[in-house]
Amino acid sequence: MKRTYTLKNLDCATCAALMEESIRGIEGIDDVSISFMTCRMVLEGDITAAVIAEVRRRISRVNPDTTF
Amino acid sequence: MKEETKKILRIAAAGVLFVLGLVLPLEGAFSLLLFVPAYLIVGFDVLYKAFRNLFRVRILDENLLMTVATLGAFAVGDYPEGAAVMLFYQIGELFNDMAVEKSRRSISSVLSLRPDSACVLRPDGSEETVDPYDVAEGDIILVRVGERVPLDGELIEGECVLDTSALTGESLPREVAVGQSVISGCINLRGVIKLRVTGDFEGSTVNRILELVESAGNKKARTENFITKFARYYTPAVVGLALLLAIIPPIFDGQWANWIHRGLVFLVVSCPCALVISVPLTFFSGLGAAAKSGIMIKGGNWLDALSRLETVAFDKTGTLTRGSFEVTQTEARDGDSDRVLYLAACAEYYSTHPIARAITEKCALAKAPDNAEEHAGGGVTATVAGIRVAVGSAELMRREGAGEVTDKAGTVFVCGDGRLLGSITVKDSLKPDSAEAVGRLRKMGIKTVMLTGDNDETAGEIGGKLGIDEIHARLLPQDKVSVLEDLLAKKDKQGSVAFVGDGINDAPVLARADIGIAMGQLGSDAAIEAADVVIMNDRLSKLPQAVSIAAKTMAIARQNIVFSLIVKAAVLVLGALGIADMWAAVFADVGVSVLAVLNAMRAMNAGKKDAD
Repeated sequence: MKRTYTLKNLDCATCAALMEESIRGIEGIDDVSISFMTCRMVLEGDITAAVIAEVRRRISRVNPDTTF
Repeated sequence: MKEETKKILRIAAAGVLFVLGLVLPLEGAFSLLLFVPAYLIVGFDVLYKAFRNLFRVRILDENLLMTVATLGAFAVGDYPEGAAVMLFYQIGELFNDMAVEKSRRSISSVLSLRPDSACVLRPDGSEETVDPYDVAEGDIILVRVGERVPLDGELIEGECVLDTSALTGESLPREVAVGQSVISGCINLRGVIKLRVTGDFEGSTVNRILELVESAGNKKARTENFITKFARYYTPAVVGLALLLAIIPPIFDGQWANWIHRGLVFLVVSCPCALVISVPLTFFSGLGAAAKSGIMIKGGNWLDALSRLETVAFDKTGTLTRGSFEVTQTEARDGDSDRVLYLAACAEYYSTHPIARAITEKCALAKAPDNAEEHAGGGVTATVAGIRVAVGSAELMRREGAGEVTDKAGTVFVCGDGRLLGSITVKDSLKPDSAEAVGRLRKMGIKTVMLTGDNDETAGEIGGKLGIDEIHARLLPQDKVSVLEDLLAKKDKQGSVAFVGDGINDAPVLARADIGIAMGQLGSDAAIEAADVVIMNDRLSKLPQAVSIAAKTMAIARQNIVFSLIVKAAVLVLGALGIADMWAAVFADVGVSVLAVLNAMRAMNAGKKDAD
């Protein structure tokens, strides 16, 4: 499945790239794309509540100010 | 107070203190009274983030680099430099943030359509706020006043007046009665409403519109990916060099302050902020410029591919031509062409063949016939006003005893009671701007190819009128893919091959081409889904415009990269030699950043000159 989220407070372009890389490694995620300019994150894969929680964790590790 | 305003005030306050510190002739320690507060006011968030990020993934980020560089400057007694670097760094950051915000605002009206949550009414009466993706068909949701409807549904309770402007462009609010459907994406104006959800979020109206509009930016161009990778290696490399520069030479000549100073200069330049911001911004602006012209490009990588377009293959029917046949000529042996048309139209009344439809459309007075019979591939026969009318090929005429005639593409013969009455010619007319589009593409040096299932004669005629370089006719759907494969094999490694089509059976070809281009209005859902570029108003002249927007965007991106790298390299060399001090470094860095961002925003105006 494919899900799109809007990220808030995504202030730096390098953060977006790091988050993307980190999330790609989560089990259950087939692909992820974060666009710094549109503040959009597209997740593809088997997205369960546990996966979403892990995505939040990893985003927070790169930049705690960014949420969705 | 807005974040931006707060930052501007801090910069202003720090700026004042800083200038005072430069201007007033104070002794060393006293000047600290001005520079330190200036530094802290403008830089406290950088210091805080640098410390906080030590425990996270991004240790070596610009916050830490700036912190070390500026604290280092204070440590060796360069108080004004330390404050200056922090001040100008923050000015540069503010400028970049404002540029990004401005770009984001240009599409915010569309992005705001996306609902964050839905309020589901559970059977026990409780309300639960959930992710719109988690709402099931049949669930009851509550939408309050001022909220956007998150999913398509049927109104079951409430006085409902909707603002549909974001979706339909209509400014007049729409009233909806109980039992009628409510589309997602509209704003609920009058009172709280309850809806029974009629489909999941993924298939909802608002999500489908958003996906089409938002899919720009998903796939990044090679350049964008390269810059991100580059930045990740660049920073540690320069920091490493900074350390070496600060530590090794002074072991030999003992001039610690001098070499540490040069190391600090390196640290200031080690942040590739200009590149990391300006490149995505460039692509975003280019995609935005295309969108404003009605060209939806689904990602930066296709913008890149468009700029290297070498060959375009066009599907004929529906793309180069209108896709519907029109009667262009009616011939009658006795001169009464209206009658011939009338008889033919009545005979063809029930037929769904494209030629029949063209005939019946041309004659509004046509009435249903008796004994209508369709002869596969040959035509139709029917009884019209007592006459046995036959409309079709030469073979049919022969069978009806009407004599010998020669088949011509696009022409059907009409006979009544065995007597040849005349003929009707239909043509698929060219779209008004097809010739212009093909002409402009050829001027750009792009090869044009036509693919069609139609016969050689018609294909040759259309192709000739347009000036198409290569024509492939009588193609079956699977043949189109093979022709495309041939084109792909023959192309220059750097060039790209595009295919323009809109039929349901064009999806595989669209997917196989380097760039798949579909028409947004008349194109099938499958084609739009498979395509990489969608031309919203179906006008082919948008294609050369898209290519020039793409070329300009890529040029700006290249300019920014070359410019940024050259300036940084120059500062590094001059800094290592001791010629460039921290002032020069921070000015160069911030200056390049600002210029790159301004240049990136130029891409927003790409293609305006070619506007129709």
